[in-house]
Amino acid sequence: MNGRETAGTPYAPHGDAETRTMLDAVGVDSEEALFDIPEDVRFDGDFGIDSRTEREIRAEMADELARNRDLVELLGRGHYDYYVPSVVDHLADRSEFLTSYTQYQPEVTQGFLQALFEYQSLLVELTGLGIANCSMYDAATALGEAATLAERVRQTSGSRVLVPEHLADGRREVLANYVAGTDLVVESYAMDDGVADVDALGEAVDDETVMVYAETPTVRGCIEEDLDAVGDLADDADALFVLGSDPVALALLEEPASAGADVVVGSASALGLPQSYGMDLGLFACREDFVRQVPGRLVGASTDADGRRTYTLTLQTREQHIRRERATSNICTNQAWVALRAAMHATGLGADGLADLAKRDVADARDLADRVHDVRGVQAPVHDRHHLREFVAHTDQPAPAVVDDLADEGFAVHAIGEHHVQICTTGTTDAERDDFVDALAEVAR
Amino acid sequence: MSGDATDGEAPEGTDADRSDDGFHFDQARWSDGDRHEPLSSEKHTSEADYDDSPLPDDLTRDGLELPKLEEPELARHYTRLSEMNYGIDSGPYPLGSCTMKYNPKFTEDVAADPNGLVHPDRPVETVQGTLSVLHGLQDYLARIGGMDAVTLQPPAGAAGEFAGVLVADAYHEHNGDDRSEIIVPESAHGTNFASAALAGFDVVSLPGGDDGRVDLDALDAALSDDTALLMLTNPNTLGLFERDIEEIADMVHDAGGLLYYDGANLNALLGRGRPGDMGFDLMHYNVHKTFATPHGGGGPGAGPVGVTDELAPFLPDPQVVEAPDERSLSYEFETPEHSIGKVHGQYGNWLVLAKAYAYIARLGDDGLSDSSAKAVLNANYLASQIEYEVPYGPFHHEFVASAGDQDAADVAKRMLDYGVHPPTTKWPEIVSEALMTEPTEIEGKRTLDQLARAFNAVAGESDDTIESAPERTTAARIDQTEAARDLRLSWHALED
Repeated sequence: MNGRETAGTPYAPHGDAETRTMLDAVGVDSEEALFDIPEDVRFDGDFGIDSRTEREIRAEMADELARNRDLVELLGRGHYDYYVPSVVDHLADRSEFLTSYTQYQPEVTQGFLQALFEYQSLLVELTGLGIANCSMYDAATALGEAATLAERVRQTSGSRVLVPEHLADGRREVLANYVAGTDLVVESYAMDDGVADVDALGEAVDDETVMVYAETPTVRGCIEEDLDAVGDLADDADALFVLGSDPVALALLEEPASAGADVVVGSASALGLPQSYGMDLGLFACREDFVRQVPGRLVGASTDADGRRTYTLTLQTREQHIRRERATSNICTNQAWVALRAAMHATGLGADGLADLAKRDVADARDLADRVHDVRGVQAPVHDRHHLREFVAHTDQPAPAVVDDLADEGFAVHAIGEHHVQICTTGTTDAERDDFVDALAEVAR
Repeated sequence: MSGDATDGEAPEGTDADRSDDGFHFDQARWSDGDRHEPLSSEKHTSEADYDDSPLPDDLTRDGLELPKLEEPELARHYTRLSEMNYGIDSGPYPLGSCTMKYNPKFTEDVAADPNGLVHPDRPVETVQGTLSVLHGLQDYLARIGGMDAVTLQPPAGAAGEFAGVLVADAYHEHNGDDRSEIIVPESAHGTNFASAALAGFDVVSLPGGDDGRVDLDALDAALSDDTALLMLTNPNTLGLFERDIEEIADMVHDAGGLLYYDGANLNALLGRGRPGDMGFDLMHYNVHKTFATPHGGGGPGAGPVGVTDELAPFLPDPQVVEAPDERSLSYEFETPEHSIGKVHGQYGNWLVLAKAYAYIARLGDDGLSDSSAKAVLNANYLASQIEYEVPYGPFHHEFVASAGDQDAADVAKRMLDYGVHPPTTKWPEIVSEALMTEPTEIEGKRTLDQLARAFNAVAGESDDTIESAPERTTAARIDQTEAARDLRLSWHALED
């Protein structure tokens, strides 16, 4: 332990004599003499940042974060709070994983490469698509990358990207920024009672359409009922069918590949990562024939000089450090450590455990919607559909007031309109949901 | 499933002198027959059962089989994998331009505080603690960079570049100034080119001068009414400070363009120079490099963007701001007046940002300044101790040596046998067979001397020896060509 509170950094081991010896070897009198910065632009002020001890900072940040209110979160809309077993924290925090860099020297990074290969493989199984990359930043940026992929792989002259009318604001805005530098134009198609209006979509899709995006479950928690029809519409127009989902949903719902999906994007952080104020793990899987166009890193199997199976980053010639402005994306640092956590969590659960989570989500959402519907002043679910995890409820009282009052009672839900709130069951216990129904009964009348 | 800690064979002797105090490096090799640690899918699997599904058949899958390891097996599987991996806690990691520093452990505890592990859509009054930390980091970064406003939203350095380019584009467009080109020096990080192109700009590549720095004549020729931005790394990727920075800034500004600072090399400047003072209009910070948040095998990082007052109205939505006095809140969100919108679905990588805040607070003014001093001392000391040719200079936090007649990739593989992670190789291309080396401030003289010994031992070795390296690692030399030619990207592909 270096408890030194000196004028220097506590993380450089140099003693004064050592520094002197090194300066002599370099042939200068002082460290200052090594800085080749013109006088006019030298900084000689100070930042006004006081150094604190480890103990002080831990206390300071604990005090600050304690200002966050303790709420039972019934919040979803893309971020889900599945319990992460302790074993995931302990294993992922092993410093050989946590403190490593990108695997540019595969001979000493086989462990992380194998873990990422396993992560890719899990997504291949869940999506039914040929390949998955080893992470994007989040669901929104993965969607943006899917659109630029569509522009590269579609040979048609078109430029239209169709997205659902109901789409998380963050995803819509990030997509708009990713296509700002292209000829692509983003347009919305209508929803019908929480899911895609297939007739309206059919009228919207034309020869100019390069990509059709749908989500299951939708942002309102409804399971898309006719993915095959959406896939057929996209296919008929020679447009890419991009499906947004997540690994828990995929363990239960129709396999994307069998519905004709060309690309699956979404958030994989439902597994392995606790709620982290929106920090995420973007998943990206696609058809094998897009392999030279896929964004981000890929881990492939190879052999070493002794003939043993090994793993390495591959097809790096697609990436920015080789292809520069012709790269398939600008992503370099990604979310590898979060992908490691997701793989750990999924591997601990297995196919049966993952599917059980999703089945319980369907049952819990249905049950809570029924109980909420029995509360005076509330009708639920608004959409007469199958739900996963979450549903929209109508409140006779203004929704913002209901949300505020619920926060006072210790519960958080989304307000999504003047008289609509959205309620998610994931991450809550039976007892918490009981208390929530009681609290709602107090505030919703 | 059991495995021995090694495959039972003692590592072959090497030419390295193992009697001195050099590193003795042997990675764990887990074996099961002729394989390494088996894939999880080769251990146990489970199948999902949809007979009891609460959904109609047409909405559910037909089947799913995935690996399933009970907790003890899971612990062993990933412990073994970790033992086959090299991190900064394993040994020196002098990857040029990557700034691999030691990560103080207490920052992990700070980030893991359960009070901070909250949903991003919570009402603002219930997350005042989170916003306080974010606001504090915005403030620290603005001071360190000499910038007026900072967004924390970009989740990586390249994402910060992209956000910065969008901000610059929106600024020009707001002024009715349609500019289509971004100038990037040839020695810049590849992400600069890719981010500029992603945002729809034409990239103008700027050749370097004979001294490894920006050639002012070439810059003059590249600048035009179409120039939106010059993206510059300073010190550059050769470790050289761009001494003409004031003149460069004037030239770019006179042409109506903006000057962008790539923060990848900011570790060399802390407390000695600020991009804002040098005339840069906007910049990104690689907090996972400069402020020691672990890279996690390639991410997550965070790439906050700092801007001058002029550009602040264009920052991503939302910004954390201090609430007006009359409110009961301390902090709230605000949409900048001409915001470009969002570059991340939420607010970026919270866990990384929290660690960066704690790290900066630990160091403070003196520590930040001293970290640069020691980083620069270390780079120059190591450069003076190695036998490979080191062109250009004087150096800041990194230097680029040339492997000369040797292949830099072979040199790197051989260095692994001497117990150290090698430098970045074959880049920048300005130096032939480049060995781009950045020891950072965390290594003392003893470690630097050991690194130098590894460099110098390999420098004297024959092509035969270095071409067959490494010998002491988990895997022998891996065939990259095979991996690309015979693509096997999931365990399905291994079954064929």
